[in-house]
Amino acid sequence: MFELLGIPPQALFGQLLLGLINGSFYALLSLGLAVIFGLLNIINFSHGAQYMMGAFVAWMGLTWLGIPYWGALVIVPLVVGTTGVVIERLMISKLYHLDHLYGLLLTFGLALIIQGLFRNGFGVSGLPYSIPSQLSGGTNLGFMFLPNYRAWVVVASLIVCFGTWFAIERTRLGAYLRAATENPTLVGAFGINVPRMITLTYGFGVALAAFAGVLAAPIYSVNPNMGADLIIVVFAVVVIGGMGSILGAILTGFGLGIVEGLTKVFYPEASSVAIFVIMAIVLLFKPAGLFGRTA
Amino acid sequence: MNFKTATLAGLAAMLMAGSAMAVDVKLGVLNDRSGIYADLSGEGSVVAARMAIEDFDAAAKGINVEVISADHQNKPDVASTIARQWYDEEGVDVIVDVPTSSAALAVNEITREKGKIFLNSGAASTDLTGAQCAPGTAHWTYDTYALANGTGKAMVDNGYQNWYFLTADYAFGHSLEENTTAVVQASGGTVVGSVRHPFPGTDFSSFLLQAQASGADVIGLANAGGDTVNSIKQAAEFGITQAGQALAGLLIFITDVHALGLETAQGLVLTEAFYWDLNDETRAWSERFSEEMGGSKPTMVHAGVYSAVTHYLKGVEASGDKATDGVMDWMKSNPSSDQVFGEGELRADGRHIHDMYLFQVKSPAESTGEWDYYKLLATIPAEIAFRPLEDGGCALVE
Repeated sequence: MFELLGIPPQALFGQLLLGLINGSFYALLSLGLAVIFGLLNIINFSHGAQYMMGAFVAWMGLTWLGIPYWGALVIVPLVVGTTGVVIERLMISKLYHLDHLYGLLLTFGLALIIQGLFRNGFGVSGLPYSIPSQLSGGTNLGFMFLPNYRAWVVVASLIVCFGTWFAIERTRLGAYLRAATENPTLVGAFGINVPRMITLTYGFGVALAAFAGVLAAPIYSVNPNMGADLIIVVFAVVVIGGMGSILGAILTGFGLGIVEGLTKVFYPEASSVAIFVIMAIVLLFKPAGLFGRTA
Repeated sequence: MNFKTATLAGLAAMLMAGSAMAVDVKLGVLNDRSGIYADLSGEGSVVAARMAIEDFDAAAKGINVEVISADHQNKPDVASTIARQWYDEEGVDVIVDVPTSSAALAVNEITREKGKIFLNSGAASTDLTGAQCAPGTAHWTYDTYALANGTGKAMVDNGYQNWYFLTADYAFGHSLEENTTAVVQASGGTVVGSVRHPFPGTDFSSFLLQAQASGADVIGLANAGGDTVNSIKQAAEFGITQAGQALAGLLIFITDVHALGLETAQGLVLTEAFYWDLNDETRAWSERFSEEMGGSKPTMVHAGVYSAVTHYLKGVEASGDKATDGVMDWMKSNPSSDQVFGEGELRADGRHIHDMYLFQVKSPAESTGEWDYYKLLATIPAEIAFRPLEDGGCALVE
């Protein structure tokens, strides 16, 4: 059997696949951030908290109301997305005429409050959420045992990412959205309700985070800090991909998941910093990110 | 004034002086109040400290105790800053709890420098009573040696000979891996490898697959709290346990078992210093604790805080003041006794010794109710549960 860089190919394939799975979460989350930043110019720091809320609402639905996983996948993004709409209407919409920094501070503060509330209510140890019975078990691929649920995560993430990209870049609605970003006054003059569109866009970005939260609930422990741990990495992904670039967010999300997966084999101690090292290098050579357009 | 009146007045004055011993003591509970160790220490440790003060009836004995608390976020630098501020500016006499070994070692050094007292319950590193032992430090509840000696030895004795470690990459993980390796090798087992994961982590599947590829009989989890919970969950998901490899959770708290659920956690063997359902006294104490903590049961860290603060207050009462040397001397030369740990002893190196327990997590069918999680496999007597006094290399041991 040949070896690649001192690692048997089986192990390498396994790690690549795991990287892809983690990349699915990075892609989904950074996609939501990119949509919000691209169309609203708001750096949504509460994204991690909204991802956590997705997982918690799924848990509450199952435990208190008996809503199964599949129902949660649809209902939870709607519920959490609605809270996003309310937040946008009541707070964020007041900040559009101010510097980016104010939006960042507001959403960061909101994230701390939301996390604190959940911490007081549920503690930090996490709550159990079982994998749905249709997806329990796994398939032996020869080089590794792939849990069915993880395969589903990759598929679901790819579908949602592609759907979002298609909606924004290839449909009439997406064209309105992009036009409204460029020149809201003009688009409004054509009879399109720009503020409502912006509100719904924020709600959609939040719903994406909540969707990722539901996907994560069965594999990571559902705890109030789950988003805070992830959000920093996801911001690095967005910066590397190029702030506001939809395609950039998706591709870098998956790509960096793989890079991180490989670091875990070759030099595990560095796996938590690998992404930030890449971010620093990318910023040195392409300050707008890999897929970003320089203004 | 005749002789009789004078004598009576003198006696009265002496009595008043005796009962009105007025000592102000300030306890600072420093631990994780927001991160992955917040449930196993956090507010529960503050509640446990308060319970100790109430049960001791400190105010009636002339000891006025004030308790303050802070969040060290599991970061040694944050812990150091708070410890210095507490000792220098806020008049704190004793720092209590401090989980996260790296943070605990930092507080240990500052306590030594300031000549104060440090009652550690939450941290695990044996260095606190070994190379870095300090005159004012008492390490109360458990340490990596006791964990390795309990769980590690039990696993090897049950035929799990080849070990692979999944280790949290900081002082605690390293210390636990090192101690367990020593126990495994001494019992005739071997260690085939280890991988160090960033702390805290989220996804352990990559490390678990490396552990699986090693072909070891057992994967030793040298991590704690949320990291252990996720490791165990993901090992089940990736079919690692089903494929025949066993997991040895070297440090598992009851809050972790609660988070995992019995379905996933059943069968795990673990070492603890305390379990709420050990005897009538622990049940009664835990019931009171639960009432204040919204129903959750105390961890051994909470119980350790109670036990340590109780013994400390006895020391203050006996010495009549709070001077570090006097109180520590009294604490080390008198046995401890309380309703959570029973009888114990504080050794010269600052190690508190008491019985440890080897438990196995019940299956869902065996459990009769919420928080009914453990069955007792063995009691490890205090004399052999902890590292022998002479092996630690502590300079305080003559």
